Amino acid sequence: MDNNTLVGLAGILASAAPVVFAAIGETITERAGITNLSINGLILLTAMAGFATSVTTGSLLLGFLVGAVIGALVSLIVAFSSIALKQSQVAVGFVLALMCRDLSYFLGNPFMGASGPRVPPLPIPGLSDIPVLGVLFFRQDILVYASFLLIAVAYIFVYKTRPGLMLQGIGEQPATAYVRGANVNRLRYLYTIIGGALVGIAGPMYSLSVKVGWKGTITGLDGIGWIALAITIFGGWNPLRAAFGAYLFVLLQWLGLVLQPSLPNIPSQVLQVAPFPLMILTLLLVNIGNSEWVDRTLAGLPEELRRFIARVLRAMRTTPPAALGIPFDNE
Amino acid sequence: MNVELVHIHKSFGAVHANNDISLSIKSGVIQGILGENGAGKSTLMKVLSGFIQADTGQILLDGKAVRIHTPSDAIKHGIGMLHQDPLDFPPMKIVDNMLIGHEGGLFPNRRQVSNSLTELQSQFGFNLDPEAYVDSLTVGERQQLEILRLLWLGARVLILDEPTTGISASQKEKLFETLKKLAEQGMVIIFVSHKLEDVEGLCHKIAVFRQGCLVGETVPPYNTDSLVELMFGKVVSLDEKTQLEGSEPVVEITNLSIDDNRIQIRGVNLTINCGEVIGLAGMEGSGQRQFLRTLAGLIRSVGGELRLSGKRMTGKPYHSFQTAGISYVPASRLEEGLIPGLSVTEHFILSEDQSGFFIDREKAVTICRDRIKTFNIKGEPVTRVEALSGGNQQRALLAMLRTPLRLLLLEHPTRGLDIESSIWIWSQLKDRCKQKTCIVFISADLEEVLHYSDRILVFYNGKVSQPLDAAATTVDQLGQLIGGKGF
Repeated sequence: MDNNTLVGLAGILASAAPVVFAAIGETITERAGITNLSINGLILLTAMAGFATSVTTGSLLLGFLVGAVIGALVSLIVAFSSIALKQSQVAVGFVLALMCRDLSYFLGNPFMGASGPRVPPLPIPGLSDIPVLGVLFFRQDILVYASFLLIAVAYIFVYKTRPGLMLQGIGEQPATAYVRGANVNRLRYLYTIIGGALVGIAGPMYSLSVKVGWKGTITGLDGIGWIALAITIFGGWNPLRAAFGAYLFVLLQWLGLVLQPSLPNIPSQVLQVAPFPLMILTLLLVNIGNSEWVDRTLAGLPEELRRFIARVLRAMRTTPPAALGIPFDNE
Repeated sequence: MNVELVHIHKSFGAVHANNDISLSIKSGVIQGILGENGAGKSTLMKVLSGFIQADTGQILLDGKAVRIHTPSDAIKHGIGMLHQDPLDFPPMKIVDNMLIGHEGGLFPNRRQVSNSLTELQSQFGFNLDPEAYVDSLTVGERQQLEILRLLWLGARVLILDEPTTGISASQKEKLFETLKKLAEQGMVIIFVSHKLEDVEGLCHKIAVFRQGCLVGETVPPYNTDSLVELMFGKVVSLDEKTQLEGSEPVVEITNLSIDDNRIQIRGVNLTINCGEVIGLAGMEGSGQRQFLRTLAGLIRSVGGELRLSGKRMTGKPYHSFQTAGISYVPASRLEEGLIPGLSVTEHFILSEDQSGFFIDREKAVTICRDRIKTFNIKGEPVTRVEALSGGNQQRALLAMLRTPLRLLLLEHPTRGLDIESSIWIWSQLKDRCKQKTCIVFISADLEEVLHYSDRILVFYNGKVSQPLDAAATTVDQLGQLIGGKGF
């Protein structure tokens, strides 16, 4: 593999980091049974606010902190209106998505094109010199390392820990979770806020690292949040698969750019749009075990083989948390 | 552990759901709680299991007064409740389902859990794979899982709410065996049911509830008639079978074959005469549902022929089946039968033939009031259907059927209903028969199948028995066939 390709792939890991944060944040929120549709606007708003904070104060850390706090607060609105006021999560989230986006353009005007700080690369001594892997994984900045860590921590938390099992429980059968001793609504607040904070970090990750600066409507971040929502769904509410989806999406985008010069006959627009349908196709394949005709086809196979395939499909299969979007009331 | 409930009162608004209930249950006793729907038995169990708090009154465990604030409090006191619809997590593995709510460190030890599960299982002869997913289990197995989980958490008192609804006869036998074993070990079993034969067959002691009061306690030998009288405050008796005269064939099924996912049914031949009742028996998932839905026109048969009064119906759309006078009443009342969120009146607007674009509300309300009266539905025209009790939902469904009907198909027509409602429902159905409607119904209740059917078809794994004459068949014979013997 030549060096250019390696650097390109390393770039994919870096540009996917914010998508990983957003998709995993949303995954955690939805696992608890709340759909936070505001994240597209949220990423824009926190990108602007994080950048503005860092430009004003000179502190990168403060920029990320502000992003996380705004993410948590906006998500709190979604949680509060859903849990306490019993309002539609879709309507509230959608309006917040539009509002946050316009707010970011409006409030971000003074910082348009300002030059601000940027998160420095942080090669890990020793590891960064390993051939191939060093370039890929260990010459990144701290945010990329954080995204790797987040994938592992989120996966282990959801599937391997007691509170993680309860998180699955409250999104799946809140009434049962209540009988098993969970304070369902308090936990839902908690996970919506945590998920929102993670999404809120994704914004500054763009404006302080991946696409440094704030350029208003041409910043090019509008739409990332919707992609992250789609990745959450196709990722089957599994942090590992959500991360896979994030990398796949950025990889396809990158391929579109790289292949363009060598495929002059194909209009450039096709290559730009191609990632989207390709993404849907891939993720549909992953979830193929959900469809009934697969069951029927399998029925004709010999016992042993059928059992094996059924097991594999079952492991790949995903279903949304059964109580996603449904408010809970004891009794 | 000895359980005492002392002077429990609980009101919901104007309804006095528990009126001065005192009940004492000694360790090792299987206590039956009998009463029709709404008699207050569930309320009392909710008080004992921490779902709701009593207005006044005390709960004593081994003589000590305790306060139970939540269901998880209850299990800490050793009180476990098995709910009518299993409260578990269907898409999860059995071990994970066990772990949720179990206290301990951040990282649970799954191996240890599945070992203790296996150990517990061996005591009762259950056979659940800890790595299996909960939604791959039958209702009966999920019940077994929940019992094991509660025992694992240290339950000394087990409350079972209508546990025999929706499980097979053999699972019921196993459940009863398990409960007897647990009682021998000194546990308290509280068995809540409206099914007389279950309570009589299992319990050491029966408390009967009516309208929020405990109206009597009895010990064996039980007298069914006096229990029924206690439950309803009056004597209720089963109808006698009506004999039909004449035999004009209405439905002719020849060589019918059905393919549906894993169930294959081949070559069914049956002629149903006018006014006849056919009962379909078998373990859940043996093909009887597919057969019924094929008769309804919801599933298209892959072979053979279905004729209604000589007219070929095979392959016609569902709508043609309806207009030909075939009606289907599904088991899941709120999912397939009624539309939650709409009022009773609105349901009649939808089910009656309409003319004109706008709804004639006044006319609809008049029809609705009329039907509510004739069908004895406890509810108002504006009541939403999901707020009706199960029995009243079933009455509403029957009230919406068209007249005249040629063929009426019913799935579990009396599941979850008390005796009085069941008898009433069947008297309505029998009236339909007198008007020359044929009835085909599925039921898991063998007594019901034997009592009300003229002929019975038994299903076993897609195989269909020859029609049996109900009058010449015993419960035992039926049970054998259902278990697959004699095909």
